Amino acid sequence: MKTLFDKIWDSHVVSSVADGPDQLYIDRHYCHEVTSPQAFQGLRNRNLKVFRPERTICSPDHNIPTKNQELPIEDPISKKQVDTLKNNAEQFGLTYFGLGNKKNGVIHIIGPEQGLTLPGMTIVCGDSHTSTHGAFGAVAFGIGTSEVEMVLATQCVLQPKPKTLRINIEGELSKGVTAKDVVLYVISKVTTGGATGYFIEFAGSVIRNMSMEARMTVCNMSIEMGARGGIIAPDETTFEYVKTRENAPKGKDWDKALEYYKSIVSDSDAVFDKELTFYADDIKPMVTYGTNPGMGMSIDSAIPSLDEIDEAGKVSFIKSLDYMGFKPGEKLEGKSVDYVFLGSCTNGRIEDFRTFASVVKGKKRSENVTCWLVPGSWSVEEQIRKEGLDKIFEQAGFELRQPGCSACLAMNEDKIPSGKYSLSTSNRNFEGRQGPGARTILCGPLVAAYAAINGVITDPRKF
Amino acid sequence: MNEKFNTLTSTFYPLPIENVDTDQIIPARFLKATDKEGFGDNLFYDWRYDSKGNPNNDFVLNNKLYNGSVLVAGKNFGSGSSREHAAWAVRGFGFKVVVSSFFADIFKNNALNNGVLPVVVSEGFLAKLFDNVKSNPKTTVTVDLFSQTITNNTENISEHFDINPYKKDCLLNGFDDIDYLLSKKKNIEEFEKNRK
Repeated sequence: MKTLFDKIWDSHVVSSVADGPDQLYIDRHYCHEVTSPQAFQGLRNRNLKVFRPERTICSPDHNIPTKNQELPIEDPISKKQVDTLKNNAEQFGLTYFGLGNKKNGVIHIIGPEQGLTLPGMTIVCGDSHTSTHGAFGAVAFGIGTSEVEMVLATQCVLQPKPKTLRINIEGELSKGVTAKDVVLYVISKVTTGGATGYFIEFAGSVIRNMSMEARMTVCNMSIEMGARGGIIAPDETTFEYVKTRENAPKGKDWDKALEYYKSIVSDSDAVFDKELTFYADDIKPMVTYGTNPGMGMSIDSAIPSLDEIDEAGKVSFIKSLDYMGFKPGEKLEGKSVDYVFLGSCTNGRIEDFRTFASVVKGKKRSENVTCWLVPGSWSVEEQIRKEGLDKIFEQAGFELRQPGCSACLAMNEDKIPSGKYSLSTSNRNFEGRQGPGARTILCGPLVAAYAAINGVITDPRKF
Repeated sequence: MNEKFNTLTSTFYPLPIENVDTDQIIPARFLKATDKEGFGDNLFYDWRYDSKGNPNNDFVLNNKLYNGSVLVAGKNFGSGSSREHAAWAVRGFGFKVVVSSFFADIFKNNALNNGVLPVVVSEGFLAKLFDNVKSNPKTTVTVDLFSQTITNNTENISEHFDINPYKKDCLLNGFDDIDYLLSKKKNIEEFEKNRK
């Protein structure tokens, strides 16, 4: 009778406030440099220690440069923020993976790689893309800085329990369709705020057939439809990925853990507050045309015309297209792009680089396009070199950069100039997200790769 | 402790845009501070100022006709990132209430944790406010947290709004969650012991 989400949530409730939120125990807390300084300062103001220091992992990722990380960070304000995290981790006795440490990287990428993310856990971070970890059958969601302080001080947050939404995706994906296309398609149907108040369980044959990397891409973008998080029931694919990771349970502990992991699936008679089903046959390679991730369409279709938009939404729709320099009813296929960004917690994993490499192998980068290839972690970077993908990139005229959040939110130097078009494998196309005035078109790694070669938006199914 | 909130009557700034995301409320390049102060100066920066940093006179916050401690915005306000800097910027500018027909979850939590009250109204109520303020910028609303009502004083129409009773109690008394959680340390230790 219980959903997967309910099982994990309920087993972590310490107490419930009468007519109020649940006091939820947090197993894993990830911490980066941008949303934590004020929380640590709060602890100091109250003269508090970190309650369970072993449960918090710190890694700077948002501000860090993706070149010359061995040198001091040039931007003094970025440097201060990164140094502040290091000092806070030291002062409060927390694990810290700083620059120069091979364990450093985008926090949502290094957590799963190191087995710090495990099925059945509750996981939070002062970052909305914490939903990524839901791919492992964990209840993972983003929190604000006040809540970061609560977790540091008490290992708990106060949260109203979200409603449950199951999204089934059935069938078999066509050639040229990636996990990113699946999730962009779902968001375009659900809309940017359509899942607000819900926690999503992604299910169905498409999800079951996905690798862990692909599942992380899907769960990562749950927040882009407003959901608190996304979760996928753990299965053999999950266990296979987790088993050998550094921090995963070993030996007898693993056997015991596995028994538990196998139990955290939605009961067959579980009732969801809402249920939606989508079909693989309807999903094509996707691009966005507007300034929120819900404004997406298949690569071969046209931007909606004005009369397809409801009255209250017209002002925002027009504003959005004006910003992008697009017209209602226009097609994007064949449009020139200026920048291509491969990376971020959405598409910065090894599979994404393999996909990109499979297209650019033996070809040459378009001279009109600047490309930033940014692995999500040093472990991804190492794997890229091991598989010789770096050679493929080099021969095709691409440069592999160092790990970090990079152009996804442009807090470091990796900014798209005003007015330029960026075909980006990241998660948000908000105005100015990749730099003031930057025009972001979201897509998967395959669409990004073809654009990097052809210089224009290209349908991967035509090759 | 936050400032206590009870009732408020104020003129308001209208922002009839839907899906105002946290990157618009406070762009990422302003997130580098290590304290909570000064974010109000950069609230809606890229809409408020042109690329040279001069005020954009078309934008509502720069329009001298409007003032007040209430922001009235289009549907789905605060979508996107979990950055609490968005709530600090809204508060820092001087807003005590944000009215919309729909809020993104994390923003709503962050606002409440900073003593800013998000008030959800019907689409009709919202549309009326936008209409009224267009013809008279001195249109006021009254927000009464205790009775959970918001009134459009031009039309003299009121609407009930929902708020979690616990959160209401926190706002009325200026309590914050961390005080509550710190008082629960024993329960937490017990929980940890029992789950092993």
